[in-house]
Amino acid sequence: MPDFIAQWLDQNEIFTAMTIMEYWNGLVNTVQLVFLSLVIGLVFAIPLAILRTSKNPLVSGPVWLYTYLFRGTPLLIQLYIIYYGIAQIPGIQETFWWEIFREPFYPALLAFALNTCAYTTEIIRGAIVSTPAGEIEAAKAYGMNWWLRMRRIVLPSAARRAVQAYSNEVIFMLHSSAIASVVTIVDLTGAARNIYSRFYAPFDAFIFVALLYMALTFILVFAFRKLENHLLRHQRPVGS
Amino acid sequence: MKKLIVAASCALAMAAGTVQAKDWKEIRLAFDVPYEPFEYRDENGELTGFEVELAEAMCEELKAECEFVIQAWDGMIPGLLARKYDAIFSSMSITEERAERVLFSEPYYITPGGWFARDGFSADVTSKEEMEGKVIGVQRGTTMDNYVTEEFGGIATIKRYTTAEDMVLDLEGQRLDVVFVDYPVGEQTILSQEGFKEVGKPVKLGQGVAVAMRKRDTDLANKVNAALKKLKNDGTYDAIMQKYFNYDIKI
Repeated sequence: MPDFIAQWLDQNEIFTAMTIMEYWNGLVNTVQLVFLSLVIGLVFAIPLAILRTSKNPLVSGPVWLYTYLFRGTPLLIQLYIIYYGIAQIPGIQETFWWEIFREPFYPALLAFALNTCAYTTEIIRGAIVSTPAGEIEAAKAYGMNWWLRMRRIVLPSAARRAVQAYSNEVIFMLHSSAIASVVTIVDLTGAARNIYSRFYAPFDAFIFVALLYMALTFILVFAFRKLENHLLRHQRPVGS
Repeated sequence: MKKLIVAASCALAMAAGTVQAKDWKEIRLAFDVPYEPFEYRDENGELTGFEVELAEAMCEELKAECEFVIQAWDGMIPGLLARKYDAIFSSMSITEERAERVLFSEPYYITPGGWFARDGFSADVTSKEEMEGKVIGVQRGTTMDNYVTEEFGGIATIKRYTTAEDMVLDLEGQRLDVVFVDYPVGEQTILSQEGFKEVGKPVKLGQGVAVAMRKRDTDLANKVNAALKKLKNDGTYDAIMQKYFNYDIKI
């Protein structure tokens, strides 16, 4: 370790074992929250995107309304409405739901999952709609029924077109999760805010947390590059 | 000739010196209005409040003409350093950061932190055993936060909020068992509603609120300290305090 870093670590009062533990707990909370909301969002987004492409307005209309509502309002407002709104429902405190929604984690997870699901639905819908007509005609000519066609042709081809836009959505979701701290979750940002207000050291507290977010983003970018290489390997020149 | 210039400039410097060494018969005091009940305008538009009345009593004690200047909070210390006024009399808490730039008098009041809960709450807030597992709400980075973290960190669950409004909402919504908040804030926002009560006794925290002056004006600080001490001892302070508060803020 270079001398000046060792010296700085010796002198600093902020990065003690206690604050590092606080950052670590924040990191765990952020990763849990973002990972779970992305998984839930993706699982629901695929069927919703298929419904959204339906020609029947009674099927596609409600999905359109849902994505419009959640893409048309800020995530912070959605989080406030869900977190404080649930507590205002008369009598909720006496039901078993309160066991779940009393803690801030589940309201935040619900808000994040609904939000990312809306964006992911639109990303996948766009990819499905832009499937080349020739591919579908060819599948029909082979006698594939709708289900088989969706599973073998449309979705795999849509996945290749959606993966780049989706990687952006994942990174945005990681950064959006910073607002979880306004509903008392001690995520990475919450930990930084606690440490900032305890030591009046905005630069140390926030630059450190910014580096942690950058490290997480780097891991995501790396993972998505691997995934893209895997999905698009048929486009690489032969022999490479 | 050269001697004459030197002598003249010395005389000038001395004259300037006597002008600068104020006898403090005129003092300009800054307030951030409104901050009820410390300083605000009554129905007739007159400036009044606990700090205004205390300042008036202090000026009388100093036999000084006082001019009251209205200044927004974020420009408070810069305005003092730019000589727009001589002292800040506007609920400025003593902190180390501020003490590096201004000179504080002895503190003249301290607002306690108060415990507030819904009507059903029965635990003793001074007992570590009884507070075990309770969920306590505080405003992040306040003296209340430090106190609760020290007393109940690791024993109770402490939730930190940015604004008092959010915290009160969660107390209403039963996410919090009890909150520890600036007493005046709790009195206004929590006790004014049905179904809430104060629990335990208010706790005085921090170093209190003091008059802030420029660092060089130690003579003024001495006068202010002497006057405040007299007012605290002769009953004037208590009379003014009881007009505005039903709890003790004296320090």
